Amino acid sequence: MANVLAVLEQRAGALKQVSQEVLTAARSLADASGGSVDALVLGPAAIDVSELGTHGADRVIVVEGDDLSLYQPEIYAAAVVGQTQSGDYVAVMMSATAMGKDLGPRVAARLDCPLAVDVTGVEWSDGITISRPVYSGKAICRISITPSPCVISLRPNVFTPRENPRDPSTEKVAPPKVEVRARTLEIKEPEKAHLDVAEASVIVSGGRGLKEAENFTLVEDLAEALGNAAVGASRAVVDAGWRSHADQVGQTGKTVSPQLYIAIGISGAIQHLAGMRTSKVIVAINKDRDAPIFKIADYGIVGDLFEIVPRLTQEIKNLRGA
Amino acid sequence: MKIAVCIKRVPDTETRIKIGADGKSIVEDGVKFVLNPYDEYAIEEALQLKEKSGDGEVVAIAMGSAASQETIRGALAMGADRGILLQTDAVSVNPVTVAKVLAAELDGAGYDLILFGKYAVDDSSQAVGTIVSELLSLPSVSAIGHLELADGKGTAEREIEGGVEVVEFSLPAVVTADKGLNEPRYPALRGIMMAKKKPLEVKPVELGDGGMTVIQLALPPERPEGRIVGEGPDAVPALIEALRTEAKVL
Ligand SMILES: Cc1cc2nc3c(=O)[nH]c(=O)nc-3n(C[C@H](O)[C@H](O)[C@H](O)COP(=O)(O)OP(=O)(O)OC[C@H]3O[C@@H](n4cnc5c(N)ncnc54)[C@H](O)[C@@H]3O)c2cc1C
Ligand SMILES: Nc1ncnc2c1ncn2[C@@H]1O[C@H](COP(=O)(O)O)[C@@H](O)[C@H]1O
Repeated sequence: MANVLAVLEQRAGALKQVSQEVLTAARSLADASGGSVDALVLGPAAIDVSELGTHGADRVIVVEGDDLSLYQPEIYAAAVVGQTQSGDYVAVMMSATAMGKDLGPRVAARLDCPLAVDVTGVEWSDGITISRPVYSGKAICRISITPSPCVISLRPNVFTPRENPRDPSTEKVAPPKVEVRARTLEIKEPEKAHLDVAEASVIVSGGRGLKEAENFTLVEDLAEALGNAAVGASRAVVDAGWRSHADQVGQTGKTVSPQLYIAIGISGAIQHLAGMRTSKVIVAINKDRDAPIFKIADYGIVGDLFEIVPRLTQEIKNLRGA
Repeated sequence: MKIAVCIKRVPDTETRIKIGADGKSIVEDGVKFVLNPYDEYAIEEALQLKEKSGDGEVVAIAMGSAASQETIRGALAMGADRGILLQTDAVSVNPVTVAKVLAAELDGAGYDLILFGKYAVDDSSQAVGTIVSELLSLPSVSAIGHLELADGKGTAEREIEGGVEVVEFSLPAVVTADKGLNEPRYPALRGIMMAKKKPLEVKPVELGDGGMTVIQLALPPERPEGRIVGEGPDAVPALIEALRTEAKVL
């Protein structure tokens, strides 16, 4: 038996989108290895787990506690490790979100087992082989793992959710009692709630070509016209104080893999490309035909963004309106 | 305060990566190596804390080949007091294995705070610091952009998707530094001269493979050749058409 434990993530009691990706990847690994998928959810009472069977969970384990609504590293790690010890698992999978990147190492340390972070491919043939980007995405490393078990965190937006309906049983488990030396007190949210670039499936990013902070309204308008799109930025404009660091895409910012990435007035420096080169479709708008961004863009328009972007926004609106 | 900072020698991010003949590692000839950029934030924070508290010691610790001495000298030039090189030519792609070696050095040495970078720009595991904290049974906060310490306690902020987590912890502790924590200083000429005289201890260490074996290192698949759909605003309809019918993302 080679079961897979899928550790899911919630925010304010609602399961996050990435959970479907983790379940999908866990399902394919379990199918290949001949095991089953257990989904583990930690959080406050009354999380709706009824949909988890849709993406292939055979069993759902819920750890409920009032103080579990925020990510509490020590309690979460103890709960995941506790579950791992009560089942025959070949892998513990989670999403490489801010939470997963903190939790995965803790679990691997406690289990003294292999850890692969930000994984973009998982294969099974008598053992696990993963692929993950290294050197800021400039190379891909394939690694064979001797599971004892192993911990794998998946790069968000890479594993496309697939339905694979089951009828899972649900069990509730009490949270482990542990001494807490690091406690998450709160999540400060930005005044204006906006979609995070790390989670969006469409991103419109602006760079120094926009000339000044106020002109970012062009980028925001396009993002709004596209619907569920996030606004990203190059480091040049974050350093200039036009946008917050949370919006920065690239090596010292966020790594994103959306379905559509539109780069406006961004030259395409290697550190920017490091953060977005795995996007499915890349569009570049730049007045310089030789800008490096065009080398990785699927579609480009050469010209003045101040003329092109408003037109693009208008045509998208027309399309949506129709 | 006695503070440790773990630092790593990594290829400069501007470097073009070439895959070696073994198909499992990069060609190092001609590659410029630097102190991992995130570790600069860790060193800067350590120096500021020492300066604020008025006394104490900042120790820079690197595991790696003999060449990492140069990286440690860089930290000493910024202002760290002494360095330790845990020397080995072996590498492991399991961050747990790397963390064990560092934890063995840090264990029992009486550090009030141990700092790491958020991640190393070569393997980008974003894991070693957090694993060390677990191995040493210390509280930790990863990828912090803000830190405050007072009365044996700390508060740190870390950026998460769509917000900032505020975490309170007791000392001693481990934190890993994100961009934004501070503005790392450039070593002054005087610092560079002084660094040559600061103590740097070299200790040989052993490293296992940790159950993970590289079978291939390859350049990422080339993106299919893109195309310029046109010039100026009149190209917008062609772009929309391509996004709808070819790429099917609209
Ligand atoms: C260690 C390190 C880490 C880094 N990390 C990151 C990172 O995480 N993310 C990141 O983005 N950068 C990062 N950088 C910085 C990176 O090297 C570049 O400096 C930065 O990406 C440039 O931003 P930009 O493309 O907005 O600006 P520029 O390079 O100045 O490009 C502006 C572009 O706008 C175009 N333009 C100007 N006017 C118009 C117009 N009217 N219409 C259309 N196009 C126009 C120009 O042709 C040009 O191509 C890092 C650098 C270092 C050294
Ligand atoms: N070989 C090493 N020697 C010293 N510190 C290291 C080493 N590898 C990683 N680190 C530290 O751990 C952090 C995270 O690295 P990683 O988990 O590999 O992304 C780095 O920023 C360093 O602070």
